[in-house]
Amino acid sequence: MNFLNRIVALDRRWVFLFLFVVVSMAYLLRNYFSVDITVTKEVKSIYDFIEKRNEGDKLLISFDYDPSSLAELHPMSRAIMLHCFRRGIRVVAVTLSQYGAGMVEEILREVAAEAKEAYGVDPQYGRDYCFVGYRPYPAMVILGMGENFRVFFPRDYYDTPLDSIPLMQGVRNYDDVNAVIGITSGTTADFWIVYGNARYDMPLALGVTGVMATDYYPYLGNAIFGLIGGWKGAAEYEKLIDRSADANAGMPAQVVAHLTIVLFIMIGNIGYLLSRKSTNAVS
Amino acid sequence: MHETIQDSATVTLLWTTLGALLTVATFSFLYRDNPIYKVAEHLVVGVGAGYFLVLLVYTTLKPKLFDALAEGHLWYIIPGVLGVLMWLRFSRKLSWISRYSIAFYIGTSGVSIPLYMYNNVNRQVSSTLDLGMGFGSLTEVWGILIVLGTLAGLVYFFFSKAHKGAFGGFAKFGILVLMIGFGASFGYTVMARISLFVQRIAELEDWGAMLIAYFFS
Repeated sequence: MNFLNRIVALDRRWVFLFLFVVVSMAYLLRNYFSVDITVTKEVKSIYDFIEKRNEGDKLLISFDYDPSSLAELHPMSRAIMLHCFRRGIRVVAVTLSQYGAGMVEEILREVAAEAKEAYGVDPQYGRDYCFVGYRPYPAMVILGMGENFRVFFPRDYYDTPLDSIPLMQGVRNYDDVNAVIGITSGTTADFWIVYGNARYDMPLALGVTGVMATDYYPYLGNAIFGLIGGWKGAAEYEKLIDRSADANAGMPAQVVAHLTIVLFIMIGNIGYLLSRKSTNAVS
Repeated sequence: MHETIQDSATVTLLWTTLGALLTVATFSFLYRDNPIYKVAEHLVVGVGAGYFLVLLVYTTLKPKLFDALAEGHLWYIIPGVLGVLMWLRFSRKLSWISRYSIAFYIGTSGVSIPLYMYNNVNRQVSSTLDLGMGFGSLTEVWGILIVLGTLAGLVYFFFSKAHKGAFGGFAKFGILVLMIGFGASFGYTVMARISLFVQRIAELEDWGAMLIAYFFS
């Protein structure tokens, strides 16, 4: 058996192990690599939208993901919220993922503290941001919020009546926020487009996992004004707000992983073609 | 005070260690299916189901049904009964009654048909034909390419005419466009999976640092 045949017949667990080692090494040695991030138009448009808002304007950010997608979506959530807090934009947070509530509460507190440390601002719950919590059946909730947030969320996550929260006074539905940003790991993105944007025509941007990203590019320009796809998109946003964090730290590992997989695909294909050629020659 | 800090660090270390061990248990599936992996898998499913059940009671059943009934809004009994009827699915004799609840649920989704049509057909067609929606400096050129690519992709799935001659050539262009699309999806999928993996490595790195700090500082 020649070398290429052995490669083609290689137990896939060796490939897993190889990938495990090189990606781990690339991550652990991340301070020795730098990856130049090119900012795309679809990410910049979200940044520009927030940048052009006035202090006190409001955004509804929907964190529609659970801990299984935390690794991919938390970096963009952090970057967007930091940007909002830096600009003095008020954030109304909601989650339409059943496992998201505890996670969202945690990240809101963490980012508020980070914004205080990084920018000297002091985002206060109730004045600068609030979290209305979770309700099941995303499509119904999105439709209901289009009429009045209080239909599904009469009280916030901490059981405070919405009308008692300064930030929510005068905020009735999507007409009273400047845009909705859905950070989403599943079909909720479709619901935001169909039941949110198509029904109520509010400005909508999405942050999605890498797997979903290509499915939502066709909506750019007609249903959504911006799109952040996976870690690359999050790394772009981190670059825009000039605060390198988790997504940028992971980019060297991403580059190494992609190169390794491309290399394995090439070796596998060359081995396959040569073995087929030799089989044809024998027959 | 010092003891409290020490206790807090111990608790954090224990939870982080549990997380790290579960991460390793999950990775062990890459070698082969095994009981340790099964424990981690069942733990995730069990904890998730239990958490969701409690959440559903406190975010939906209590405020939207029990509290409303207690406040005298008796018509809430109707959705309550419809919900209970769903459970008749488990009875062979009475499962037909659950169809009323399902019919009500499916029927209300009729609101989505015009919205989906508008969003996924009307807006997509108009955007595809809008040559000004391309990108980069050669906007119109990219716009024309998108129109041709979309048509070619559709032609590839048109089987009422043999894929020969110019028609066959256009269909081949269609499969090329589809392959580029699949390639982009694959690249993004690799990025997504590696993101999850790297985050686990980051957690393991934090765990290692925590162990060193706890025992050697």
